[in-house]
Amino acid sequence: MSETDIQADVTVDAIGSACPGPLMDLIGKIKDVDDGTVVELLTGDEGSKNDVPEWVEEANHELLDIVDEGEHWAIYVKKT
Amino acid sequence: MTDRIVIVGGGSGGTITANRLAEELEPEIEAGEVEITIVSDNPNHLYKPLYLYVPFGEATLEDTKRPLVDLVDRRVNLVFEHVTEIDTDGKQLAMANGEAMDYDYLVVATGAIPEPEETPGLGEDEPGHHFYGPDAATELREALANFDEGHLVLSVIGTPHVCPAAPVEFPMIADQWFRERGVREDIEITYTYPIQRLHGVRPTAEWMVPRFEERDIQTKTFFNVDNVEDGTIETLEGKELDFDMMIGVPEFTAASIIEEAGLGEEWMEVDRNTLESEHAEDVYGIGDVTNLPTSKAGSVAHYASGTLVSRLSSEVRGQTPTETFHGKTICFIEAGTEEGTFIEFAYDREPVVRDENRFLHWSKLGYNEAYWLTARGVM
Repeated sequence: MSETDIQADVTVDAIGSACPGPLMDLIGKIKDVDDGTVVELLTGDEGSKNDVPEWVEEANHELLDIVDEGEHWAIYVKKT
Repeated sequence: MTDRIVIVGGGSGGTITANRLAEELEPEIEAGEVEITIVSDNPNHLYKPLYLYVPFGEATLEDTKRPLVDLVDRRVNLVFEHVTEIDTDGKQLAMANGEAMDYDYLVVATGAIPEPEETPGLGEDEPGHHFYGPDAATELREALANFDEGHLVLSVIGTPHVCPAAPVEFPMIADQWFRERGVREDIEITYTYPIQRLHGVRPTAEWMVPRFEERDIQTKTFFNVDNVEDGTIETLEGKELDFDMMIGVPEFTAASIIEEAGLGEEWMEVDRNTLESEHAEDVYGIGDVTNLPTSKAGSVAHYASGTLVSRLSSEVRGQTPTETFHGKTICFIEAGTEEGTFIEFAYDREPVVRDENRFLHWSKLGYNEAYWLTARGVM
């Protein structure tokens, strides 16, 4: 378990969604929000810890943090 | 008192469930204790996997449909009307003709609806084609018939999409189809996918890599289509790709009544084992409309219907339901026009993709005919 001070503007709850669901849910949200928006992705899929940072780098957004919440992970991405 | 079971939707999930329920509950129906009704806004049942074959002239639109009255058990009532509202508190449906229909048990089987209009430049009379509907598949057939040189791009845009294997199959069928027509060396084929591998199902992605290489099908990953202009695809990642023919696998959505009825924000939210709604009593979901964590494939509706029929029949009889669904899914995959394979998986079991062969190709073609027995609840 860890903590973060990051305040998300929007949350995408993809817990229970199997791969590639969480990443696609995040991509869909990033598509809709304005630049500068911080999106929190909640995912129970451990693969998201690798998939999401790879896509964020590819798409030139900013990965702020990955937080282990015990049963799931919270991944914070800022749209740039 | 008669228990009224109402099924909304006459696709695979709705039709198979109705027919199996009619068989299972025959004594109760004969005794007037149970009544089963399908409400569908389409008098035809559509076998959508055949749309893949329409662009190649291997199936016609007539092949894809049968009248529901010919497929549905005579003990099931058929109402051809559009459902506009689901009131799960009052246990009542509102229909477009202004009438209401009461239910005791509701099965929602409204499917997934393609939304090409969500991607600028994709759809009928647009530069980007798709094959997830009769008109679009017909339009693509004409475009392909007149395509003998240039760059063909198949882009998976939205996930989840229906028929999960179709985007894998299309480039491989196109490759062989162009070879048979003697134009393959003048056509470049590129397949694109939104995430970092070629398919969401990892073993399928691994199976694709050497086969696409052998066939000289180019690939691009992390490719999220933003818009399709004349001759160029632009992506969310800032990439551009020129094309002469573009085929997109569009985004899909659930019917708006799902969210309006509070049954789910995006897809209908159901328990993955019991298929019961997470938000309403005596309401079940089946098929592509649900958020089940597996593919949106007809086989899922087929296998899940066994669980649903067992549980619903137990409820009607005042017994405790015991059967549960564990995500069994089967998809055939065409590897061209002469060979095929299949994958079988479940919630907790990844598929093993076997080498393709001619027998499995013919099995798929055979099943496309035998499907009508599945719809009848026979196999």
